[in-house]
Amino acid sequence: MADILEISEVSKTYDLDGENPVQALDRVTLDVAEGEFVSVIGPSGCGKSTLFNIVGGLIAQYEGSVRIDGRAVDGAHRDVGVVFQEESTFPWRTTLDNVAFPLEVQGMGKPERDERARKFVSLVGLEGFENHYPAQLSGGMKQRTAVARTLAYEPRIMLLDEPFGALDEQTRMLLGDKMLEIWAALNQTMLLITHNITEAVQLSDRVVVMSFRPGKIKEVISIDLPRPRSSEVISTPKFGEYVGRLWTLLREEASRGMVEAEAELAAR
Amino acid sequence: MTGSFRLSKSPVLVGGIGLAIFLCVLEIAVETGMVMELVVPRPSDTFLAFPPVQEDMDLVGNFFVTLGMTAASTAIALSIGVPFGYFLYRNRRYGIAYEGWLAAAFAAPTVLLYPLFLVIFGRTYLTLIMMGFIPGAIPIVIQTRQGLLGVSQTLLNVGRSFNVSEREMFWKIQLPSAVPTIFTGIRIGVMYTLVNIVAIEYLIDFGGLGRIVSEMYFRFDTPGTYASIVAVILVSVFFYWGFGRIEKWLRPV
Ligand SMILES: Nc1ncnc2c1ncn2[C@@H]1O[C@H](COP(=O)(O)OP(=O)(O)OP(=O)(O)O)[C@@H](O)[C@H]1O
Ligand SMILES: [Mg+2]
Repeated sequence: MADILEISEVSKTYDLDGENPVQALDRVTLDVAEGEFVSVIGPSGCGKSTLFNIVGGLIAQYEGSVRIDGRAVDGAHRDVGVVFQEESTFPWRTTLDNVAFPLEVQGMGKPERDERARKFVSLVGLEGFENHYPAQLSGGMKQRTAVARTLAYEPRIMLLDEPFGALDEQTRMLLGDKMLEIWAALNQTMLLITHNITEAVQLSDRVVVMSFRPGKIKEVISIDLPRPRSSEVISTPKFGEYVGRLWTLLREEASRGMVEAEAELAAR
Repeated sequence: MTGSFRLSKSPVLVGGIGLAIFLCVLEIAVETGMVMELVVPRPSDTFLAFPPVQEDMDLVGNFFVTLGMTAASTAIALSIGVPFGYFLYRNRRYGIAYEGWLAAAFAAPTVLLYPLFLVIFGRTYLTLIMMGFIPGAIPIVIQTRQGLLGVSQTLLNVGRSFNVSEREMFWKIQLPSAVPTIFTGIRIGVMYTLVNIVAIEYLIDFGGLGRIVSEMYFRFDTPGTYASIVAVILVSVFFYWGFGRIEKWLRPV
């Protein structure tokens, strides 16, 4: 299939006070095919969220280029939807009104958008919580609300920044299955940031391993496991091999990251 | 369930009981001479003073005069304060430049400027409204700016990622986010407005409840003075309750 998203030579340096520049990304190049499921994995602070914010058009100043369907992206693109790492539901809106938000700002009438939103609410398994406010939901339910809200926008490319980061392993696996179902049903291109190796292997066509500061792509691993998958693939030997390979790659980066972080703390 | 459970369920009742106990203690304290009756009348006497004050000075009518003046001042304070707060938020330099001045102006006893306002507006309701508006608007300006500055970057990014217009960004994300902070400003503002209006009414012997307080005071009618002060408190209770309801309506949680 044709590449829907082309990220080429993207670099980003944060320079808040002009004295301590932090290079978050260093010449990141990645092409993603339409309908592909790609996970990005790497140590904390390696620039994953920065990369997504650039693709999502939320960071204007960077080097390199991002193209969608071969056209350079400038600002937030209609075809890109982002689920943020941080808590992002609107506390003053119910689940249904949160999910209907993108439809509301597109000018869709209330009956129609409510009906559409209901579909996505049930897609993420939140039926019965339509009229709850975020404060009345668990962390995982809030994140699912945010996922449903971005799904309701019906972007061709979904950027999911650790949507299930704060969840326990079991719930996360079940939600992983849910994501696969949704992905199969909606035919979207998915990019997922995760810290979880199992999750990355379980869900992806390819796993992008990033290295610690400056954030570079260290390796891209194609996951050659049969589809459709569910969390049951986890017990197959091939799955174990992939996990092992990823762990070896990540261990180096993670320990380097920890040493640097400790040194930084000590220097203060 | 036990009584204490039900009590904790109805804050109005708990508050009412607390007030009743306080009034009883006060009644006894005055009765036994621990508190001088000339300074604080018996609560029961204050209560009994309502009918004569009503008869003499139309307490209820003047309650609505003061309430109306406060409402008018607050309406002006809101319609100027919120947009100005937004302006200071959008123009960071002005915001930083004026923040200190605003805080200083808020601390200034503007009530002392009443002779100036008398010259400009005369002994009219306009003087009351303008003098009520000034101290009411300042906290609204400050809190609106603060509230907008405090809107989470992530929520703004959500809006941007959905390509919302600037207008919708304000009405659907920034304003609702800032509502609790803005309402803190409104509550403080409305109290200052009320205090200023009553003080001016008292000083220039014109308008609503403040004028009655002054009249009762000069007659050495202590229960009557207290009765009219209670009426002032009821105005403040009304606004506190009213803005609480509006906030709840705008931000259910
Ligand atoms: N707005 C910002 N201003 C300055 N520096 C930033 C900013 N955002 C991120 N950084 C820095 O850029 C680097 C990469 O940050 P980023 O959030 O992209 O990491 P991440 O890979 O998403 O980490 P995590 O897995 O912990 O979410 C970090 O060192 C961070 O300190
Ligand atoms: Mg991140």
